Amino acid sequence: MGNQIENKEERIPILETVDLGIDFGGLTAVDNFNISIKNVEIAGLIGPNGAGKTTVFNLLTKVYQPTRGKILLGGKDTASMNTVQMNRAGVARTFQNIRLFDTLTVEENVKIGLHNEIHYNWFDGVFRTARYWKHEKYAHERAMELLSIFDMQGMANQKAGSLPYGAQRRLEIVRALGTNPSVLLLDEPAAGMNPSETAELMENIRKIRDTFQIAIVLIEHDMSLVMNICEEIAVLNYGKIIAKGTPEEIQANPKVIEAYLGKQKEEA
Amino acid sequence: MSFLNYLISGVSLGSIYAIIALGYTMVYGIAKMLNFAHGDVIMIGTYFAYFATTSHSLPPAIAVIAAMLCCTILGVVIEFLAYRPLRGATSLAVLITAIGVSFFLQNFALIRWGSSPKNFPSLVPFDKVSLFGGDLIISGEAITTMLACIFVMIGLSFFIKKNKLGKAMRAVSEDREAAQLMGINVNYTIAMTFAIGSALAGIAGVLLCSMYPTLSPTTGAMPGIKAFTAAVFGGIGSIPGAMLGGILLGMIEIFSRAYISTQLSDAIVFAVLIVVLLVRPTGLLGKKIREKV
Repeated sequence: MGNQIENKEERIPILETVDLGIDFGGLTAVDNFNISIKNVEIAGLIGPNGAGKTTVFNLLTKVYQPTRGKILLGGKDTASMNTVQMNRAGVARTFQNIRLFDTLTVEENVKIGLHNEIHYNWFDGVFRTARYWKHEKYAHERAMELLSIFDMQGMANQKAGSLPYGAQRRLEIVRALGTNPSVLLLDEPAAGMNPSETAELMENIRKIRDTFQIAIVLIEHDMSLVMNICEEIAVLNYGKIIAKGTPEEIQANPKVIEAYLGKQKEEA
Repeated sequence: MSFLNYLISGVSLGSIYAIIALGYTMVYGIAKMLNFAHGDVIMIGTYFAYFATTSHSLPPAIAVIAAMLCCTILGVVIEFLAYRPLRGATSLAVLITAIGVSFFLQNFALIRWGSSPKNFPSLVPFDKVSLFGGDLIISGEAITTMLACIFVMIGLSFFIKKNKLGKAMRAVSEDREAAQLMGINVNYTIAMTFAIGSALAGIAGVLLCSMYPTLSPTTGAMPGIKAFTAAVFGGIGSIPGAMLGGILLGMIEIFSRAYISTQLSDAIVFAVLIVVLLVRPTGLLGKKIREKV
């Protein structure tokens, strides 16, 4: 499955950061952050609690404006872009603490993701013109198609807030996919899932990457998931990247072990 | 029969409060702010309708549209100039700005059109209906107001539920930042909320002055406060709540005027509000406040 793209040279970077950094007051939360996410790649961002992983996601989506450095999306500088423009340009995300629109139905949540693909104005909406029906029909079909990734069509009319926890996590991914991203940022997608749910999620993340041909960056604490599906991993500690590489390289890196477990005592 | 007469005037006055309250509640629900200038937007719109009919002798329908257009533009401009720069500021700063806008509009009207009240001609072309051999008389204004209220309520619920923009409004209302991260333009959505709320205000102003035909720069102030009370009463942020709150408030006002005391009617209205808020702090149909962990 993973070797669908044979030629590594063809994989151009879709998202790149150059010396990215942000300060909150006097505190440097992220500094000298350099990553390069290739098109159609699954990358992992790991690190101890408070290392600044979610801050990186907030920078990549322009929830925070960076203090230093650049974010390049498809080779273009994004300095002047805000959150909405970043999303329209192809960056979508999920949240560590689920942030669905609880009082909207499952289908409506996905349609919020599809918002910028539905083109009708208020006049069409009020007078129910042919255009309204055409676009609403398209939105409905597209929402159902996206929900089918996780076999969630049956839940379409339920309120998002009433879904079981695992389904809410999956719905967040579907909603983000609705915005038609080229880079999907997943913030702890497996948090709170049991091992069999995690295994299923892993399959689905691969499936999403292959069907949508997009890059996926995930923050995750579940090492089995990260080591299994990520092709590249960056380890963050105190806002700085301390290691980068393939899962094998990361697992063998003494700096990473130290960051997670503390310094090893010299053996006598 | 007098009871039925009072009931009908209560419901029709309440319908006006309800339409105004929708503006308060939508703006609160989506922009999380209290637009205290809403009542004065109504007043300005009604002046436009007044001049459209008296000075330019335009037909009533055109006068209503003029009032709606004027209110819509005014609402969007106020949002853009006064409230948008304060997005992210403390709610107190926004509240005080809203009160400032309210004073500005009142004084603008005072300078432009003078303090003497204008006699507003009823724009309702229908005659009154007498039932039960003249025991029960329903004015054309009352019928129009109640019909308008039902129409607005149904239209708005459809819009919020079925329309793309309506869905975006609900999303912004629930989680502004998450909506932004899904590519929803929050500023545009909030501006549209002001536009809709203000257009409704235009209708409400014309109906109000058709029923109580004096128009002065302070005409919008008291109905504005009452409608705000109605919105809180029904549960601020809730659209059916604004409807229910408005109609109940109108009925309480008319009944207390009829059976208790004309002077005390406003005091009774607000006393009921206090009691309701003591028992149900989020209003009749307000959302329960969940504790976040």
